[in-house]
Amino acid sequence: MSVTRERPPIVEEPGSDPFVASSRRRRAIGDRIFSSTALAAGLTILIALAAVFIFLISQGARGFHADPEVYQPAANNFFSYAAKLLFGTALSSLLAMIIAVPFAIGLALFISHYAPRRIAVPVAYVIDILAAVPSVIYGLWGARTLAPASHGLQTWLNAHLGWIPLFGGQISATGRTMLIAAIVLAIMVLPISTAICREVFQRTPKLLEEAALGLGATRWEMIRYAVFPHARSGMVAGMMLGLGRALGETMAVAMVLSASPQVTFKLLTSDNPATIASNIAANYQAEDVRIQTVLIATGLVLFVFTFLVNFVARAIVARSERRFA
Amino acid sequence: MTAVGTTSNARGDLMFSGRTMPRSAPLIVIVGGLVLAGLLTAVGLGPVASIILGVIAVDIALPVWTAVVVNRRAATDRLVTCLVWTALLCAMAPLVWLLVTTLVSGIPAITVHFLTHDMQTKLNPVTFKMESGGGVLHALIGTLLVTFGAIVISVPLGLMCAIYLVEYGRGKQLPRMVTLLVDVMTGIPSIVAGLFALALFAQFGGIGTRMGVMGSVALSLLMIPTVVRSTEEMIRLVPDDLREAAYALGVSRWRTIVKVVLPTSIGGIVTGVMLAISRVIGETAPLLVAIGSIDVIQTNLFSGRIQTLPVFIMTEYETSTPQGYAFAWGGALLLIAIVMVLNIIARIIGSIFAPKISG
Repeated sequence: MSVTRERPPIVEEPGSDPFVASSRRRRAIGDRIFSSTALAAGLTILIALAAVFIFLISQGARGFHADPEVYQPAANNFFSYAAKLLFGTALSSLLAMIIAVPFAIGLALFISHYAPRRIAVPVAYVIDILAAVPSVIYGLWGARTLAPASHGLQTWLNAHLGWIPLFGGQISATGRTMLIAAIVLAIMVLPISTAICREVFQRTPKLLEEAALGLGATRWEMIRYAVFPHARSGMVAGMMLGLGRALGETMAVAMVLSASPQVTFKLLTSDNPATIASNIAANYQAEDVRIQTVLIATGLVLFVFTFLVNFVARAIVARSERRFA
Repeated sequence: MTAVGTTSNARGDLMFSGRTMPRSAPLIVIVGGLVLAGLLTAVGLGPVASIILGVIAVDIALPVWTAVVVNRRAATDRLVTCLVWTALLCAMAPLVWLLVTTLVSGIPAITVHFLTHDMQTKLNPVTFKMESGGGVLHALIGTLLVTFGAIVISVPLGLMCAIYLVEYGRGKQLPRMVTLLVDVMTGIPSIVAGLFALALFAQFGGIGTRMGVMGSVALSLLMIPTVVRSTEEMIRLVPDDLREAAYALGVSRWRTIVKVVLPTSIGGIVTGVMLAISRVIGETAPLLVAIGSIDVIQTNLFSGRIQTLPVFIMTEYETSTPQGYAFAWGGALLLIAIVMVLNIIARIIGSIFAPKISG
């Protein structure tokens, strides 16, 4: 108390004591510098995203209407070129999602509802490891190990289910086919889809679950009637985030497939549709500057595509988070 | 799994059903499945195919048995349980397979020579023949440099952005926007980040410019969102009591952040940064596009191509020779080891400095 009486509170007499005044000024300046630095950092994020758009457009714009010979032999103009690449991208990603979704939901259920806690934590950790393995190693493994090992399976599919157009055609001798690329992609998107699904499953109110069990539901009935309806939007978001990852994945596809821009649904042949990303990785060394601008233009298409998918998915997640916060 | 009892219907057994499955039913069926797999192998089927058929047999037998003994609802429940466990097996299989393959194929390639030379083709002074260097040193150095560049760019930026979001942005519109966009940034395809660096530097140096720092820029675009999100979470965990105590002592806001908030959450922040590093250190596509590859040691981030470990794996794979594949697997083993070590260190730091907040 005595201290306050000897030196009055600064608010009452600002500037009366030179020491206090200067320290206050210093403090104000320090605060202002720090807060504006923080704001600048926040704005940099926005600027960086905008810059990605701007620079891709400024460097890739000429790629939208380059000489027809640049797009040969796949196409004559940018739009059919990009459409063929988009087809390959969509085909590989959708196949990967078809394979991955059941496993992602199963794994998420395992961690959230089925596993004893002692097992659930290590399993979640192992799934994280799956996410940490670099994509180039998935590519190497897919091309050098999985593809040869699955040759028997692919031959079997071709022989017995060849009447389905997907499995028809002249089978690839190396085993490096669209099917294998999709399987590798599925393994790579599994962690993120599982993580999001797990989170929304775990967020189901305990009361709902116990009410279902109390009514005599089996565990599966409880999950089906209490957990799934509650988690539906989150599950959709998890799948879309996985899709976003599959769309942009480069190395796994580039290393497993030797591909060119084309439209074909045959999954087991050695003639495969390229994806946007793998096409960039395959041709980035081109001497021709025009080809490089075309690649940047296709990159822009990929960016817009994945941006939309991710934006919608994140908006869904954010909405469901606010709802259940 | 099959606890019989009138109190615990959470286990899947119906209370009002007269008959229940024996407690050891899953064990019996699984042993049966193993025996079946063994028999199939003996008959001459491949081991993988036998195991798959064995698992399918278990998945069918257990629900059917339940349907016969109890009822359809219990059987459906049992079927889903079987499928969930099968999903776990299927997801673990590729991981184990991949790790084992990398170990087995990678270990023979890792020698002292491999770790201490680059790939430059040189004249051997003894035999007077041109020999390939056969080493990975240049890629290791390049990866360290490029990743270091990315850390220098993204850690301060990510840290400040997180501080802005938590300390200065409560309840405002702009920060919510930034948060959403940071999340969206997490999903930017890595190759687009590479193209961005390419386009950015092409603006100044003409198309075809290649510098190590371009890789750093591309990687930091991928790293910033991870750093921001993890730092943000950690700073949010710091209790408001601490901040208010500092304000009450007359400490200014920025000193409170620097001296109180950051030290309290430093463990979690370091963990997040290390996880972010382990995420970008294995990125291939952006480096391939932005920096390209080279055979010799290069230590200047601002001039010319630099080899990095992921790109080394890629280029060695593309040689399509047995020697190239061996080098690629060696590089893969090194890369996986680096990523795993970073992950483990991050988790250890995380558990040591785990915030001890009592409610």
